[in-house]
Amino acid sequence: MIEAPPSPEPQTKPHLVSGNSSPMIAVRSLKKKIGQQEILRGVDLEIRTGETLVLIGRSGGGKSVLLKHLIGLMEPDSGEILIHGQNIIGMKERQLSAIREKVGILFQSGALFDSMTVAENIAFPLREAGERDPKVLSSKVAQMLEVMEMERQEEKMPESLSGGMKKRVGLARAIIRQPSCVLYDEPTAGLDPVVADSINHLIRRLQTQFGITSLVVTHDMKSAFDVADRIAYLHEGRVYFHGTASELQKSQDKLIQDFLLGRSEGRADCL
Amino acid sequence: MVRFFSALGAPLLALFQYLGELIVLAGDTFRSIFTHRLRWKLFLNQVVEIGLLSQVLVIITGGFTGAVFSAQAFFQFNKLGMGSAVGAVVSVSLCRELAPVLTALMVAGRVGAAMSAEIGTMKVTEQIDALRALAVYPIDYLVVPRTLAMIVSMPLLVAECIAFGIVAGYFVAVYVLDVNGPYYVANMVRWTRPKDIIMAMTKACVFALLIVFICCHKGLTAREGAVGVGRATTEAVVNSSLAVLIVNFFLTMGLNIIFPAGHQ
Repeated sequence: MIEAPPSPEPQTKPHLVSGNSSPMIAVRSLKKKIGQQEILRGVDLEIRTGETLVLIGRSGGGKSVLLKHLIGLMEPDSGEILIHGQNIIGMKERQLSAIREKVGILFQSGALFDSMTVAENIAFPLREAGERDPKVLSSKVAQMLEVMEMERQEEKMPESLSGGMKKRVGLARAIIRQPSCVLYDEPTAGLDPVVADSINHLIRRLQTQFGITSLVVTHDMKSAFDVADRIAYLHEGRVYFHGTASELQKSQDKLIQDFLLGRSEGRADCL
Repeated sequence: MVRFFSALGAPLLALFQYLGELIVLAGDTFRSIFTHRLRWKLFLNQVVEIGLLSQVLVIITGGFTGAVFSAQAFFQFNKLGMGSAVGAVVSVSLCRELAPVLTALMVAGRVGAAMSAEIGTMKVTEQIDALRALAVYPIDYLVVPRTLAMIVSMPLLVAECIAFGIVAGYFVAVYVLDVNGPYYVANMVRWTRPKDIIMAMTKACVFALLIVFICCHKGLTAREGAVGVGRATTEAVVNSSLAVLIVNFFLTMGLNIIFPAGHQ
């Protein structure tokens, strides 16, 4: 019988980061089991106001699960999630609405409403917030499409858009109500390097231009280094490392080096 | 014996959990109807989808059911010299049983399947998560407009089914089987009472709610991609059809106490 290799000791012990900026989102001892599998085994993480934190880690490591917890789309088994100091665990769906208005999310697939045009998708949050004036709606949609560099695409249906365009429309929809924080789930997955780079620029631009706090979940290391102020590495349901991009690159930890260089050494458990 | 009960336990628990989830969904929907604003555009779209686009289906169902029922009733009643009683039999049967049940089965097949497939696809493509993330409660946005549209459309569809059934029955009886027309109409009017219409409308509303909650619930709980959506759609149609047939029996027995059949 092959024994599972012991879990390597993290190079940087997970601890809550303290900095000058106050945390917009704080995650404390978050645990989640799906079926028999422990996905999150006590995650501690802070995202400071105005920063871009990139969460990296292997596929199936719980990054997207953690992201969905941050906006209340999933409920943990234990732990706390504080958004602007307010614990969202145990909140009812309708109570979460107020939090969700402050936090936008870009889904991996874009999750555009396939019965609506691009313009209707982007205007959806405003319409739901009670904005009915067609002139206001169309000017805000046009403005968003300009930010996304997708002018005059209002009438297209989601099925006629490329992967990169879907993500940009999804992003436009996520930020049209000017949230203070945006969560990105694999924003560059499945995109060619040029389109991926344009998405990275957008993320940076939203941070600098609108001061949006961002959490980017990815395993695209180029994207991570392009947009990150700080990087956290999620391994086996815990934050294994967090620090700046240069600290990550300088790390001599074998697990991190393997991840950065994409080394599997033929291990089947990587599949 | 113990093995029998333990084998029975898991499916029974699953059934109670399923019924519980349906009740919670219904409760949530009614709470939302009375406490939150209605999205009129979505509601009207659903009225078109459920009511307007089911016209041909309901007309054919009602027409041919009335026609065949009229013929069968005539073949039997004519032996007793009661051919003109066919009008009353067709009309009362359509009101009390045939039109509500057959319309509900047709609507479950056409509209219920579409509801469950549409909501199920939204679930597996993260569109429902997107709704929630955009601070929109999926019950308000997806279930409430469909529920209200079903409550409005089903009684109208049932009434239409009854009307076309009666007209088709009349034509078959009078023009094909040579029944006396005025006697046919007189008997029909004499024996069909407002309570029969009330029974039809009550059943229409109950079946509307059964179909919408069963189908929306299946859509909202769909999993595992295209296979999951397919399974949810099939189960939605099967469950809502079975529910219509089972509940119809109890409704008939219960409503017959309040609105007894016959000329009283």
